[in-house]
Amino acid sequence: MHDSLDSFDMPGTTDMAWCPGCGNYKLLDSLKRALTLLEIDRTRLVMVSGIGQAAKAPQYINANMFNGLHGRALPAALGIRLANPELTLIVESGDGDMYGEGGNHFLHAIRRNPDITVIVHNNMVYGLTKGQASPTSCRAMTTPVQVKGVVSEPFNPAAVAIALNAPFVARAYAGNEEETTSIIMEAIRFKGTAIVDVLQPCVVFNALNTYTWFSEHTISVPEDHDPDDRTAAFALAVQDGPMPLGVLYRKEGRETYEEMVCCGQTPLHLCKAPDEVEFQNMLDRYR
Amino acid sequence: MLQDELSVVFEGAAGEGLRAIADILATVIKDCGYHISVSHEYMSRVRGGSNTAQLRITKHPRTAYTRRIDIFLGLSPHAASCLRERGESRTVGVIEVSTAEVQSTAEVQSTAGGSATGTLVATPFKAMAKEAGNSRYLNTIAGGILLGMIDLPLKPYIERLQTAFAQKGERVMTGNARAASLGYDWGKAHPAPEPLFPPPIDPELAGELLLLSGTAACGIGAVAAGCNFISSYPMSPGTGLLTFLAAKAESFGIVVDQAEDEIAAINAGIGAAYAGARAIVSTSGGGFDLMQEGLSLAAMTETPIVIHLGQRPGPATGLPTRTEQGDLSLALYAGHGEFPRIILTPGSLAELVMAMQHAFSAAGCYQVPVIILTDQHLLDLSTTIHRSEIHRIGHYASIVETGCGYRRYAFTPNGISPRGVPGYGEGIVRVDSDEHDEWGLITESFSMRRLMVEKRLKRRTALALAALPPSRFGNPEDASLIVLAWGSTRSLLDEVLQRRSNPDIAGLHFSQAFPLSAATFRLLSGKRLVVIENNATGQFADLVEREAGVRVSHRILKATGEPFAVEEVDGALEEIANA
Repeated sequence: MHDSLDSFDMPGTTDMAWCPGCGNYKLLDSLKRALTLLEIDRTRLVMVSGIGQAAKAPQYINANMFNGLHGRALPAALGIRLANPELTLIVESGDGDMYGEGGNHFLHAIRRNPDITVIVHNNMVYGLTKGQASPTSCRAMTTPVQVKGVVSEPFNPAAVAIALNAPFVARAYAGNEEETTSIIMEAIRFKGTAIVDVLQPCVVFNALNTYTWFSEHTISVPEDHDPDDRTAAFALAVQDGPMPLGVLYRKEGRETYEEMVCCGQTPLHLCKAPDEVEFQNMLDRYR
Repeated sequence: MLQDELSVVFEGAAGEGLRAIADILATVIKDCGYHISVSHEYMSRVRGGSNTAQLRITKHPRTAYTRRIDIFLGLSPHAASCLRERGESRTVGVIEVSTAEVQSTAEVQSTAGGSATGTLVATPFKAMAKEAGNSRYLNTIAGGILLGMIDLPLKPYIERLQTAFAQKGERVMTGNARAASLGYDWGKAHPAPEPLFPPPIDPELAGELLLLSGTAACGIGAVAAGCNFISSYPMSPGTGLLTFLAAKAESFGIVVDQAEDEIAAINAGIGAAYAGARAIVSTSGGGFDLMQEGLSLAAMTETPIVIHLGQRPGPATGLPTRTEQGDLSLALYAGHGEFPRIILTPGSLAELVMAMQHAFSAAGCYQVPVIILTDQHLLDLSTTIHRSEIHRIGHYASIVETGCGYRRYAFTPNGISPRGVPGYGEGIVRVDSDEHDEWGLITESFSMRRLMVEKRLKRRTALALAALPPSRFGNPEDASLIVLAWGSTRSLLDEVLQRRSNPDIAGLHFSQAFPLSAATFRLLSGKRLVVIENNATGQFADLVEREAGVRVSHRILKATGEPFAVEEVDGALEEIANA
């Protein structure tokens, strides 16, 4: 890599909160590499996250950061997006944060279609709280809480996103770093809400979905798949057997929420209060 | 002796256009040079589909709710029973002929509690409506009757009607004009017992009077402050501000987001504020419950956010369209963890406009959440205000352009760090809901935790010094009894003390409930203290006792869902003063 390119590495030494061997490391590397290759200006990049081990990722990226509340990364990101349409916005959180605590926001953020890249570390378990089921946990997996095994149907993020007509929906596997980097680059370049669900192992609390398990349970999206075909994309998202990896759905040209909602304001921090004439004109309506 | 006020009540079934006609009449009467306030619905406990709108026309600005009724114009089949319940000796009841025939004058007199011997004017509303061409003109006729009875001009009424119904076509406009004239002639033939007092304001200057609802005053204050972002989930009575700002979005560049829930609303507001917006969220108690984690986040990240909490009676869904001051304790204690906050409790149109600007200013300056506590009564009441009473403040904490090495939470003597936003300057702006260091990076260091706790709380000193002092009514230095009020009861306090006209009783109205102005505490020591508040337990009284170290000897409370009437507080105060 060229020396003049920004590596997004944190200055100095960082005390990493992740377990050795965690899939988070690979995903972090993929993301930083994507940012570097895209030559993103880190002063104009905001990483937004909720709470959890995955949500700590922005702590390890040298860029602006809004590390908010559990499940609330998307609403916060929406506010940031509306306040400044010029920033590059990436939301990064885990499956519990995004699909559990923040499930309602996931649905409604997609409906609005703000220009935000949403990267979800999906390790199918709650790591930080020590091993309970997450919304994406496989049925029958036993945990300290689900002692007889998970009984609920797993949440299918790609299928839900496509059903809501998210204009960009991809599934990646953190173990495939090169492919993950390229999917993330495509998602960041895409204008609109881009959902990237990244499968990854939790080496401490998920003995079921291991590196081996993911290798055995994933395949590539078929070469002849047309990502513009929503029905075909949905079929891939819900098909039995190995999970297809790659861009499942991609629909160009949809207006973003900020394009529809903002009235051509400059970034809001540059806006001034109305002048006295405008203000008095408003009062005239109440005469 | 001439009266110095006239109280008019319109009664009618829902859907008869009471609100519309009351608002049009209020504007016409205002233009004649009178102070006026319009309140809706207070008598809807009367059975059946019977709504009311009350117009209080006054010589001095008076906006409190009164039980007095000089003229009652009843349109629904329940008009007579409504009049029986509320009429008094001074009341002239103008009721449809057919209803009035059944409910004869004698019956009204005998059932109205003995003392009331009001006058009944049996009026052919329906016949006039028929003549004007449509039974829907009843409300327009009633408006004409009122203007005729009190001898105000008809022409401006017709002009306002024409403007209001311009969209509905020529026939409706002509019909309404005809209905107004017919009513007016009837009113002229049945003048009010006493002539209306002369207008207190030269009608030439009446154009400077504005008629505003509390909600509009909040919105005007927000616009004045340069508010440019609102995210909210609709909930009465907080919805009005969202609607107001949505209507102004295009002209003033306000971004409006209707959130999926209140949790999303406040997190979006905080996100927007982090990126440099002047952000507000508006809700009621139930929605505020959901926002509490966001309040805590705003405090931890030191992000300025303004929260409008329009109170209504709880717990739970409570009485969704009624009023109460029951959420002061909620606002005081909401959110986990320890952090400073400001709670503003404006009590008039002018204070609402000012409080909203003060909220944005203080939120930006001290980087704390500011809660503006209003209620349904204050928000829905429309009253006149002179344009000159609407002030702008115009100084807001600026956002700094960041340089390399910028630290969002840099330690400073007063605990407040210069605020940068992402994308403005060479610096990196990190905020964290986890405990963090000066750079905004997560930490679990006990020593850093201690410093950050100190940093966040240190600004309490500045907040206390900057607390808004209460408004004084009478002379609290010399009086032995002081009546304390906050929020929507300001005009009530003012009017009741004027009625008492006792130099030994004074009043203090607090437009900031937290932190309380400590400079005021010396006024309270050694006095008999009475608190008026529209709730069941006296939450403000508890706060004053705790903060000022005094004892409140009497609490005048009401939690029925209605505002206080001047008469009931006057009575309660008389008892207390004589005790």
